[in-house]
Amino acid sequence: MNNRWTLYDPRLAWMLVAPVLLLLIFFLVLPIAVMAAYTFFTFVTAGVETSALTTANWQEFFTDSYYSGFLLKTLRVGAITALLCGVLGYFPAYFIWATSFRHKWLLLLLLIVPFWISFTIRTFSWINILGEQGVINVALLKMGIINAPLPMLYNEGAVILGLLHFLLPYMILNVYVSLEGIDRTLISAARSMGCTSAQAFREVTLPLSLPGLAAGLLLCFVLAAGSYVTPQLLGSGRDALFGNLIYDTIMSELNWPMGATLSIVLFLVLGFFAAIYTRYMGMSQIVKGLAG
Amino acid sequence: MPDGQDAKIHPRPASAGAEGANAAAGASSPAVEFRNIDIAYGKFVAVRDFSLSIRKGSFVTLLGPSGCGKTTILRSIAGLVDISAGQIMIGGRRVDDVPIYKRNIGLVFQSYALFPHKTVFDNVAFGLKYRNVAKPEIKRKVGQALEMVRLPGSEKKLPSQLSGGQQQRIALARAIVFEPQVLLLDEPLSALDANMREEMRVEIKKIQKETGITAIFVTHDQEEALSMSDRIVVMNAGSAEQVGTPEEVYERPATAFVADFLGKANMLAGTVSRSDRPTTVKLASGQAVNVLAPRPLPQGSAVTVVVRPQKLAVGAKASANRLPGRVVSASYLGSSAIYEVDIGGKTNIRANAPIDGRVLREGEAIELSFDADDCVLLDEAGRRIS
Repeated sequence: MNNRWTLYDPRLAWMLVAPVLLLLIFFLVLPIAVMAAYTFFTFVTAGVETSALTTANWQEFFTDSYYSGFLLKTLRVGAITALLCGVLGYFPAYFIWATSFRHKWLLLLLLIVPFWISFTIRTFSWINILGEQGVINVALLKMGIINAPLPMLYNEGAVILGLLHFLLPYMILNVYVSLEGIDRTLISAARSMGCTSAQAFREVTLPLSLPGLAAGLLLCFVLAAGSYVTPQLLGSGRDALFGNLIYDTIMSELNWPMGATLSIVLFLVLGFFAAIYTRYMGMSQIVKGLAG
Repeated sequence: MPDGQDAKIHPRPASAGAEGANAAAGASSPAVEFRNIDIAYGKFVAVRDFSLSIRKGSFVTLLGPSGCGKTTILRSIAGLVDISAGQIMIGGRRVDDVPIYKRNIGLVFQSYALFPHKTVFDNVAFGLKYRNVAKPEIKRKVGQALEMVRLPGSEKKLPSQLSGGQQQRIALARAIVFEPQVLLLDEPLSALDANMREEMRVEIKKIQKETGITAIFVTHDQEEALSMSDRIVVMNAGSAEQVGTPEEVYERPATAFVADFLGKANMLAGTVSRSDRPTTVKLASGQAVNVLAPRPLPQGSAVTVVVRPQKLAVGAKASANRLPGRVVSASYLGSSAIYEVDIGGKTNIRANAPIDGRVLREGEAIELSFDADDCVLLDEAGRRIS
C-alpha cells in the first residue's frame, strides 16, 4: 500500500477546501438553519420568545396581505431596477468592447472606481444631489425656474436611482465579459456575406451577448430585491423594501420569530429565481460574469 | 507579357496608360487586380507597393511566413482592412470605397467562424438571406451547397455538433453558396489535423474547379501551396518575392528567400573561377563545381549555387559535380533518406535521396553529386541570375 501523498491526492483536495467549507458551514449554513428553526418559535412579547413550536408565524405571513404586498412590491422594484440596468448597462459595455481606444483597461478601471468608496457614502451622496438643499434644487431655484424645491428624494424613483448607481457596474461587467467572448471573425464573416454593421449586430453580437445580459439581469434583480441600505436612505417609509421590513420586525418590534420567517421567505423566493435562471441559462455564465 | 498567365507581377508602371492597355489586352478583365497598394497600420507598413493581377477562375496562393503581409492583402480584398495607397479592382471595378458588405466576396477563416447560435442551414443560408433570395430558392441552393461539400442532410445540426473538418466544409459551403466573385481562404486548413488537412486540400481544389470560382488562398505551408495552386505568390516582408506556377517557384526560385522558404534549399557560396560555358564556381567549402550560367559571369564575382536536397544524388555520377563529405546525421524515411553532410569549410548540406542498398550511418564517408543544370545561381544580392 502506497501511503505517500501526491499532488492529486483526494485527501489533499479535501484539506485545501476544508477551511472554506468550515467557514461556510459555521457562518452560512448553520445560521440559516438556526433562522429556519426560529420561524417555528413562539413570540411572547417584544424581545421574548419561547422554543415552544408553532406555525403561527407562517400562518401570519400567508394570511396577512401586508406581507405579500411587501414581497410583490420588492420583486417589482427589483425587476424594474434590473431591466433599467440592462438597458442602460448594455451600451457602455458595448462601447468598451468595441472601442479601438488603446487603454481599455482604464475604462474597465473606471467601472471599479466607485467600489473604492463606501457603498453607504455613495448612497448618501444622492441626498446632496436630489435633496431640498441639493445641487439640482438650489441651481433651479437660483435660476428662478422653480419657486419651491422639487420633491425628488424619499420616493421610489430615488430608491431605484440609488440601486441603479449601485448595480450598473455589475451589469456592465457581465455584458462586457460575454461580448469579449465573441469571436470577432464572426462579425467579419457576417459583414462579408452582406450585413451592414447594424445587421451584423442584430444577427451575431446581440444574440451571442444575451447570456451575459441574462446573468447581469439576475444578479441585479437579486441584489436589488435584497437591498436594505438604499431604500432606508433614499426612500420614505412607504418605499421600504422587504429587507427593511425584516430589519424593523427584528430591531424595532424585537419579534425574532417573525423576522426569521420573513428572512427565510426572502431567501427562498430569491433562491427560487436564481435556481430557475441557472437551470435555463447555465450556472457557468453567471460565474463567468462574476469573475469578470 | 505572354497571354494566358493566371497571375503576373507588375513593375511599378511608367504611366497609368500602360496599365490600362495591359488590362484591356486580356480576353476579359482580371478577377482581382492590385495596383501598387500600400497597407499601413499606423507607422508599420504591412504591405508595400504590391501589384498583382489574378485571372478569372484561377487558384492563386499567397505564401509566406507569418507577418509577411499575406493575410493583410487578403483582408484588403474583403474590405476588412483599408489600403493606404493604390487601387484594388474586383472584376474590373474599383472597390476602394465599396463597403465590405457590398463587395460580394466569399470568406473562409482559419477559425471556421460559423455562427454558433445558428443551425447549419441558417449558417449556409446567411449570405442568400441578405441578397433577398426567395425562400424556396434558398432551400434549394443550401441543399446543393451541402451536397457539394458532401454533408447533405446536416441542415438542422448546430456547428458544435460537427467535427473541425465538417465545420470547415460548412464554412466553405457558406462562402460559395451565393456565388461570390472571389473566394478568399485565410489559412483554412491550419486548424485541422494532418489527415483531415490533406483530404480538405483535395476537396477545396475540386470544388474550386467545379464551380470555376476565382480563389485566393493564404498559407504558410509550402506543401499546400505547391499542391493546390495555379499560381503562387511568395511573399516576404510586405512584398512579393516571386510570382509563378508551383514548378517555377520551386525549380527556379527568383531570390534566396524563395529558395530557402520553399523546400529548404542548399545555398552554397562561392566565386566564379572560370566564366566559360559551363561556368566553374569555386565553393567556399573548397570544391569546384560546374554550373550552367544563363549569361557569362565575370571571373571573381560572388555567387550562390542553390541545389535542392532532392537533386543531390548519393554516389558519384559520370560528368556530375562531386561533393565528398561525411554524414552528420541520417534520417530514414522508408523510400528515401535525408542526410546531413559536412562537406568541409563549416558547410553542411542536406540531401534527400532514394535508398540504394543501405542507409549510411553517422560519420561515414559519402559522396554527393549533382548535374550542372540541376542548380540555380544567385547573385550577391540574392537574386537569380538570368
